[in-house]
Amino acid sequence: MPATDFIELSLDHCIKCTICTAACPVSAVTDLFPGPKYVGPQAQRFRRDGEAPPDDTVDYCSGCRVCNEVCPTGVKIMEINTRAKARIVESRGVPLRSWLLGYQYLIGRLACGPLAGVANLFANLRWVRVLAEHLTGIAREAPLPSFSGYSFRSWARRHRDPHAAGATGRPKVVYFHGCATNYYEPRVGEAAVAVLEHNGFEVIIPEQGCCGLPLLSNGIFSHGRHHHQYNVAQLYSYAAQGIPIVGTSTSCTLTLKEEAPELLAMHDEQTRVVAEHTYDIFEFLRLLHERGRLNTRFRRIKRRLPYHAPCQQRAHRIGRPALDILELVPGLTMVESEAACCGLAGSYGYKVEKYRIAMDVGAELFDFIRASGSDLAVCDSEICRWQIDHGSEVYSVHPIELLREAYGLAPGA
Amino acid sequence: MSRSLTADVLVIGGGATGVGVVRDLALRGIRAILVEKGDLTHGTTGRYHGLLHSGGRYVVKDPQSAQECAAENEILRRIMPHCIEDTGGLFVITPADDERYAETFVAACRACGVWVDDVPLAEVMRHEPRLNRKLRRAFAVRDAAADAFLATEANAADARARGATLLTYHHVTDLELEGDRVTGARCEDLRNGEAVTIHAAYTINAAGAWAGKIAGLAGLDIAVVPGKGTMVAMNHRIVNSVVNRCKPPADGDIIVPIQTVAVLGTTDIAVPDPDVFGIEPDEIALILAEGEHLVPGVSRMRALRAWAGVRPLYRDVAAVDDRDIPRTYKLLNHRTRDGVAGFVSIVGGKWTTYRLMAQEAVDLVAADLGIAIPCRTAVEPLPPVHGAPKSGHLTLGGRLRHVESEELYGDVICECELVTRRQLVDAITTGGAANLDDLRRDTRLGMGPCQGGFCTYRAAGLWHELRGADDAGGADAAAALTRHFIQERWKGLAAIAWGDQLRQQRLDELIALEVLGVDLLPAAVIADGARHPTVVTEHAAIATEYHAE
Ligand SMILES: Cc1cc2nc3c(=O)[nH]c(=O)nc-3n(C[C@H](O)[C@H](O)[C@H](O)COP(=O)(O)OP(=O)(O)OC[C@H]3O[C@@H](n4cnc5c(N)ncnc54)[C@H](O)[C@@H]3O)c2cc1C
Ligand code: SF4
Ligand code: SF4
Ligand code: SF4
Repeated sequence: MPATDFIELSLDHCIKCTICTAACPVSAVTDLFPGPKYVGPQAQRFRRDGEAPPDDTVDYCSGCRVCNEVCPTGVKIMEINTRAKARIVESRGVPLRSWLLGYQYLIGRLACGPLAGVANLFANLRWVRVLAEHLTGIAREAPLPSFSGYSFRSWARRHRDPHAAGATGRPKVVYFHGCATNYYEPRVGEAAVAVLEHNGFEVIIPEQGCCGLPLLSNGIFSHGRHHHQYNVAQLYSYAAQGIPIVGTSTSCTLTLKEEAPELLAMHDEQTRVVAEHTYDIFEFLRLLHERGRLNTRFRRIKRRLPYHAPCQQRAHRIGRPALDILELVPGLTMVESEAACCGLAGSYGYKVEKYRIAMDVGAELFDFIRASGSDLAVCDSEICRWQIDHGSEVYSVHPIELLREAYGLAPGA
Repeated sequence: MSRSLTADVLVIGGGATGVGVVRDLALRGIRAILVEKGDLTHGTTGRYHGLLHSGGRYVVKDPQSAQECAAENEILRRIMPHCIEDTGGLFVITPADDERYAETFVAACRACGVWVDDVPLAEVMRHEPRLNRKLRRAFAVRDAAADAFLATEANAADARARGATLLTYHHVTDLELEGDRVTGARCEDLRNGEAVTIHAAYTINAAGAWAGKIAGLAGLDIAVVPGKGTMVAMNHRIVNSVVNRCKPPADGDIIVPIQTVAVLGTTDIAVPDPDVFGIEPDEIALILAEGEHLVPGVSRMRALRAWAGVRPLYRDVAAVDDRDIPRTYKLLNHRTRDGVAGFVSIVGGKWTTYRLMAQEAVDLVAADLGIAIPCRTAVEPLPPVHGAPKSGHLTLGGRLRHVESEELYGDVICECELVTRRQLVDAITTGGAANLDDLRRDTRLGMGPCQGGFCTYRAAGLWHELRGADDAGGADAAAALTRHFIQERWKGLAAIAWGDQLRQQRLDELIALEVLGVDLLPAAVIADGARHPTVVTEHAAIATEYHAE
């Protein structure tokens, strides 16, 4: 059987148990979505190779992968759905909104930097959002992040490693920052660099593009492929030398590890080697710790904080490395949410017809965070953090920021 | 209790042939009654491979048959597009086949007038990504997939609309004879045990593999040897077009994509009795091994079900004139052949040629009855039926499109095959269904991956809701139907119990036995001393495809 096929063929494993549909956070809140069993392995039997899928409801799948996680037989439900969406896009054309959401990094590139102030002001004007909703279908209420006044890459160019002087032969690590860190939240990248350097690594920040996940989840596969090919080309030489690639965006690392290769059926050697060397940053730190190489001299942080493992993080199937590491910080208690998903799921909650669904999906998480009484929440995914801020009005940070604080490393160092 | 009915012509057998005959009669204004011992398509027609032959399969060995198929193929596409999926077909030469056969094949196609086209392999691979990459040649033909349930239903609906009577669950037990003339038949209504006598000027024996048994009732000897063929349905459409091996016809050399499945087959083994046969493990092994030549890896994909049907193989022992009847099927005029008037048998053939067979039989009967109205079945389109598209050809996505456009996803009873509540309510209240297995033939209930593991109970509930008040056994009737249907479905699973489907069976079994205790339900209902009209579980007529010894 052709290698491109194993996602679709996984439908054969479905035993119709309905566990996925019982767990799907979207079908729990709306009747518009018939659920993973229906749109996944079931509908796939009615889709003919090379023809436009006859169905529309699959578009309501947010891509959160909760279904994949619970399926007892290993059906690649979310991937079946994403491919079906891509075929719908292929046959009906890409709507403007999908271009905008798929190419948000280009917008980031334009608005980040000196123009950020104006751009943020503009993007938050109510009439602008109302107009944009009418023109593009991007929900007026959905949480747009603020553009940063400087990009992470510009910071990185100026940054001097405080440990570099005199040090030779330090182990190297590649940092994949992703778009969000670059244009919206350079602070996350700065924290990552600080923590890695503090642990004795030389951090390399190669040229890199968007991982392409927003394109893939909006069904624009051909462009997603170009992005992945570009990143593999940039990263392969490091991976081939055995240099690990770590990222703070759980969605970017998941894309490098498996989403892009699987969805796009890219099974070449270079893609595989890059995938094998990619780690979520906490997954990497936990490995260090397991080898006794993690610096564990932490300051006491007397706090009890709510933590949400984003769906993209869960899809890594690596447990909760952020919790494993933060547990080492004296005084710090992390309380994990049991909510399945924040609802936003990439660009899903930005779509006007899905905004309400996304908020309903996220309700359990928002309640959990509010009930914690904390003024700070912790979550690995940028998109989730924006949704948490929006839905629960509690500020949230990436766990790496917390870890930097535990090391007593001042922001900006 | 007994009834008596009269018609010009009695047709025995509710398969494609019999129903085709009764429609042809009705179109010519001849009063006809059809009797069938089970549901329509309960015999071979409901168990065939699903292929509307282009003729390609027969061009080398049986040109007559090839020509008939080629002509009928075009006719059926015109009169019943809604029962046919125009998949197209391929004949491919795999590395295991002799490449020289290609020339023989193409030349024979040309000679028989069977359309054929050499297709570049790159194009084949584009449309058929799962086919063997090492194919050496490929030819396109006009094969298609045909849904015999829909087609028979359409023929039956049209016949009824034109005045014919079709009686299901009427088992012919005797032929009425007056001297050297057959004047009708005696039947048992299996739903209540009633004796029914049907008087007719003419009787047409269209009982397929059972035709020998029927003729035997008149003391006639026609040797119809039931030839069992086994098929395996795979869980989804592995190929997009019908794929045949380009070699002399043999076992396991065709894959037919039909509705949501791909059917691999078939075998050919003579069995003594068309009602008693099983599926042998080595048949399944052979089918899968042969399938590997066409689709590498197919034997590791999920098999959904295995079943078998019996071909009506005609071998004329009473050496009589072969006349000009083609050897593909036989119309036996028992007056000229055996000196018994008022009785003909139409045996052999294929689904693809059912209409032609019907035409020939009715031409003869009409002439004998002095009726000069010509056959119109080749031009008169068949009416719409439930479950088929309103216009155009059948398509794979049709059901999903329907559910989506009407937003019926909350109202799907059989999720695998997307059977909606509305379709089922229709079939329960308006059709002649006597049990859930009949509903399956009407709607595809329980034909998907879980094989009724979930929908059986929903359907039984609906049945009880809609018919319970009329059922003598009340809830017991619904319970017995549940057991019956589950047993029917499980028969087809025994032969392929491994891998994903075994896991499915285990879940189905846990639900049936551990959660619901279905085995504790009453198996049959005896109400007021009479058999219940809906439940025929205990009757041999229902002991169908698989007898586990
Ligand atoms: C494995 C297999 C695969 C096939 N694949 C194809 C294919 O792909 N394409 C194709 O064109 N052809 C195919 N055929 C051939 C085709 O299926 C048959 O030729 C066709 O279905 C025969 O229809 P029929 O109506 O003559 O017989 P049947 O459908 O068998 O009808 C005869 C009916 O008579 C009824 N009957 C019997 N005894 C009595 C009685 N005493 N009283 C009342 N009723 C009675 C039976 O219940 C039965 O329903 C296949 C056959 C087999 C076995
Ligand atoms: S990916 Fe998430 S939204 Fe989509 S079907 Fe699975 S659980 Fe539901
Ligand atoms: S959880 Fe897996 S096996 Fe169960 S219904 Fe969903 S896809 Fe099928
Ligand atoms: S998923 Fe990663 S690289 Fe992609 S847009 Fe988000 S941050 Fe960018």
